[in-house]
Amino acid sequence: MINVDRWLLPDGVEEILPTQAQGVEQLRRQLLDLYRSWGYELVIPPLLEFTESLFSGVGRDLEQLTLKVTDQLSGRTMGLRADMTPQAARMDAHSFVRQGCSRLCYADHVLHARPKSPLAIRTPLQAGVELFGEAGLNADIEVISLLLESLSKVGIEAVTLDLGHVGVYRVLTELSGLSVLQEQEFFSLLQTKDQAEIKQWLNDNVESAESRQWLFALSSLSGDESILQQAQGILADAPAEVHAAIDEMIEVAGVIAMRYPTINRYFDLSELRGYHYHTGIVFAAYAEGFGDAVANGGRYDYIGECFGRSRPATGFGLNLTSIISLLPLDDKQAAGIYAPASGDNAQWQAIQRLRANGERVVSGLSVVIPDFVELGCDRQLVLVEGEYLVQSV
Amino acid sequence: MPQLTIALTKGRILKETLPLLSAAGIEPSEDIHTSRKLAFDTNMPNVRLLVLRGSDVPTYVQFGAADMGVSGKDTLMEHGGDGLYSLVDLGIARCKLMTAAIKGTPEKEGRVKVATKFVNIARQFYAEQGRQADIIKLYGAMELAPIMELADEIVDIVDTGNTLRANGLEPRMDIADISSRLIANKASIKMKHSTMQPVIDAIAHAVKALT
Repeated sequence: MINVDRWLLPDGVEEILPTQAQGVEQLRRQLLDLYRSWGYELVIPPLLEFTESLFSGVGRDLEQLTLKVTDQLSGRTMGLRADMTPQAARMDAHSFVRQGCSRLCYADHVLHARPKSPLAIRTPLQAGVELFGEAGLNADIEVISLLLESLSKVGIEAVTLDLGHVGVYRVLTELSGLSVLQEQEFFSLLQTKDQAEIKQWLNDNVESAESRQWLFALSSLSGDESILQQAQGILADAPAEVHAAIDEMIEVAGVIAMRYPTINRYFDLSELRGYHYHTGIVFAAYAEGFGDAVANGGRYDYIGECFGRSRPATGFGLNLTSIISLLPLDDKQAAGIYAPASGDNAQWQAIQRLRANGERVVSGLSVVIPDFVELGCDRQLVLVEGEYLVQSV
Repeated sequence: MPQLTIALTKGRILKETLPLLSAAGIEPSEDIHTSRKLAFDTNMPNVRLLVLRGSDVPTYVQFGAADMGVSGKDTLMEHGGDGLYSLVDLGIARCKLMTAAIKGTPEKEGRVKVATKFVNIARQFYAEQGRQADIIKLYGAMELAPIMELADEIVDIVDTGNTLRANGLEPRMDIADISSRLIANKASIKMKHSTMQPVIDAIAHAVKALT
């Protein structure tokens, strides 16, 4: 290994330097304080656990994203968490029992074995909340409101909320009798919204003309609020579950519009991220300047079943790493006071008093005059007639 | 009104794209074919055009450096299309993606060596056929590879088939029908829906009118 290679970090692995680290920590505190004020309790899930618990239920899609190691004690495979939602679900199901709802929040690093998208960081910071034990729409509304509140709290304006519902797609595909393989094919086609291909595929694979028409409609049912009325029209003869799903979207959208009138809202019946474990309303938040969602969430009822306790659940995860990149970098160091090296105990006491008052005081270690800019000090402590005073440098 | 950046594929696709843009009311403010510039303003103050190499278009759109783009389906298939919508089949630059081999040679049994610039497509296609393939990435003149015994077969774009015939090759299997697509960044569509949808509709309308 030549010298220059030694300090290189693995692809997609990030270190956070002082100025940014300060911002990250501030962001984390702001969010956790916000979640606390809404009644969400902080949990700190373990960095790694057995893959059986990480991949059951909600974690099914995470297998390829998870870095695995063998536990030397048990010989079993452990995974470094790629997402904290499965951990929160396990904790709700097993680690403590609440009769009513439990509201959990967390903020920490997760690890992705490979970048989730090109150029994505493999060690992103994830913050999120999970709400267990309530199946009604009020839970969805609370969680979406809290997501929008989080973004506005940290200063991200111009947010687009993308709202969907996996129920429409699920009922329609089940109705059309697609095999598992066919459903997967249709799923990936629908994600491209390539109408020419979708039409062709449906003609080749779906017999019922009505099903074909409904499934094809999914590819164009995205846009502003009017598409929900359009969907009601096009899917008028579809089963009642489809209409129940659309009604749920209308209700949630209505409340959100009242609470956050300036938020740009987008509706998409074919946006099915995490379709395999989601069961109802799904949503994502987009912010100007970032070409991917900054937050994702949705309902994932009865996932806890595999841990022995089945509860309705909804929540969201926020990608703090991408949010930090959107915020203006506060590069002016906090103001500070420089105290030259001294053996005088009176100076030590003066310094301690200043620190106790919330000042940032940096002690000199030698007589060399430091670079005040580098130290981030705009004032210094000087001895004037036996008294220590703060003067500008 | 939000800025809209459209990435175009230079060359033959560009020539056939401009009339469609024009039908949607978008005209470059100078002659794209003669200028050496890579980014062009248009008659619409919020619309900008980029002229890129084909294989770069999906990358620009995927990362959101461009909101929309025009890209051949071959390029899209090779790229994978993550983070992209493929909205309109523009019906231009039509051709086929095929395998080809030296005329009259029997299909090779066992591992087959395949030369192509579409590495991902080739790997997937041969896997679907149940054939183990060693893929050799080349950047041009695929037809030469079987002649020089570098590869048993090639995967390439076939338009008239003249180049294949001139080199003693014959087309074997169809992989896909190719034409150019209007693609868009998923996040852009969601955030700039009211600006982008009219442009998409106008282009789709122009395509219909021309066919």
